[in-house]
Amino acid sequence: MPYQPPRYPHHPPTDHGARHPVIIVGGGMVGLATALDLAQRNIPVVLLDDDDTVSIGSRAICHAKRSLEYLSRLGLGDALLAKGVTWNTGRVFAGENQVFAFDLQQEPGHEFPAFINLQQYHLEELLVQACQSAGVDLRWKHRVTNATPDGTLTIETPHGPTTLHADWLLAADGARSEIRRSLNLPFVGKVFQDRFLIADVTMQAPFPAERWFWFDPPFHPGGSVLLHRQADNVWRIDFQLGWNADPEEEKRPENVRPRVQAMLGPNTEFELEWVSVYTFRCRRLENFRHNRILFLGDAAHQVSPFGARGGNGGLQDADNLAWKLAAHLHGNAPESLLDTYDAERIPAADENILNSTRSTDFITPKNEAAHAYRAAILELAANHPFARPLVNSGRLSRPATYQNSPLNTPDDTPWHAGPPPGTPAPDAPTDEGWLLRRLPPTFCALSFGPAPALGLPTLTLPPEGPAATRYGAREGDLYFLRPDHHIAARWHRPTPAQVAAAHRRALCQS
Amino acid sequence: MPELILTPHLQDPDGVFEALMNAHRDLPPEASRRLDAKLVLLLANHIGDAEVVKQAITLASAPA
Repeated sequence: MPYQPPRYPHHPPTDHGARHPVIIVGGGMVGLATALDLAQRNIPVVLLDDDDTVSIGSRAICHAKRSLEYLSRLGLGDALLAKGVTWNTGRVFAGENQVFAFDLQQEPGHEFPAFINLQQYHLEELLVQACQSAGVDLRWKHRVTNATPDGTLTIETPHGPTTLHADWLLAADGARSEIRRSLNLPFVGKVFQDRFLIADVTMQAPFPAERWFWFDPPFHPGGSVLLHRQADNVWRIDFQLGWNADPEEEKRPENVRPRVQAMLGPNTEFELEWVSVYTFRCRRLENFRHNRILFLGDAAHQVSPFGARGGNGGLQDADNLAWKLAAHLHGNAPESLLDTYDAERIPAADENILNSTRSTDFITPKNEAAHAYRAAILELAANHPFARPLVNSGRLSRPATYQNSPLNTPDDTPWHAGPPPGTPAPDAPTDEGWLLRRLPPTFCALSFGPAPALGLPTLTLPPEGPAATRYGAREGDLYFLRPDHHIAARWHRPTPAQVAAAHRRALCQS
Repeated sequence: MPELILTPHLQDPDGVFEALMNAHRDLPPEASRRLDAKLVLLLANHIGDAEVVKQAITLASAPA
């Protein structure tokens, strides 16, 4: 039975002209995650969405380890592991042959795998339920038609128009952001002259839960094909169509079915759940913060899908912004803390754009030389391991490291191992469960051996064992973590005053 | 930083040139182009240092 999207109730607006501390526009995965994170930090949130349901089609399906760690902190970790399809292995094929396979599982001893695949609508459903429980004011069928720089929103609803004012407006309204358009902000970058057919197919199939990528396969000569398994026996298949393909024609089931059948062979039965044709772009806003309007996810930056950097990048935006805005609204940080959202997330967006641009350039060669080099790489890679790192079918999402962040306190003594400031805190097994699960979603300390009294939640771990090894730590070492579990500072035997200074710095108080 | 070597360094230059010409002889243009691409990739991997390879790309791209 195909997926039945929930319909959420919508109500006539009753607070015309009201002012709210935080309004989020866009109830996609990024807007919902931001709303949930803020609500869990006791910030009242109004969320407006133009529809009354979750995403149509599977959309963002590959959720990276770092996203899972974030969503686990929000309370969804177990549900995602139970529902999603875990995978660590990718295979690349050229013509009829496998070129090589790769394993993204970097090392044992992490709660979450490199990736799980789960349709965006399933994740959004979980996020909506959690937002409801956390008291987020979800307003469905509220379509923002205009936004002013001071946060006044003009809204259309089935019950008539209304207006709201936001002290802080978070635009998570997607690649076609109406807020971005209202403010006339340029959204420039690169369009790839290619088209891709994306199909969700329900079938019983013998393919394993792996990422399979074909260059020029016999069932789709001249193009590339990508296959992913999702939950409920739904499979995502992407076909590269070329720039001259007619999107309307290609979307018709009678044209999609033969492509899928050629891939699966004549005896596999399948049903089409969703079909779309895309042209990919890589672009971003010059700034994500515009005074008290902040852009997140696809509204701020757009990437091609090879590498799963859109959804995962957007969730990192949410993780980065929510604690900062909450700290400011609770009176613990000056407004300048919000500038560090730009300072940290713009380099992260550029890294995602760079990687997805390079992947798309490899997948869509632009001239004879590009074709010749790609063919050369694929030929060499089949027999010679040296050429395999040159094969680019997508550089899969990695968490950003905020190595140059103004919030970091640089090491005051040399460290020879362990994650430096700016790095997301790595997980590790401990005697009482996974390390990241034991950390609160606040500023906290991770102490190897006894810590001095810091007035901070402090997790004390033994100075030997898997966690100490992963953190390069000896007796007396201490890591200071931000609420998003990025490392802000680390020391050998710090004084409480040093930790307090790093804490102030990470809140822009000094 | 390692520098791209621009002084004579290649042993048996005539023999290397002959081997290149022999490899390309009778190849249609597409195969010839692919052969050169494979050679560049093999040699770039042998060099290993990305900066040296980029210096060579810059030099090769400059107008004569």
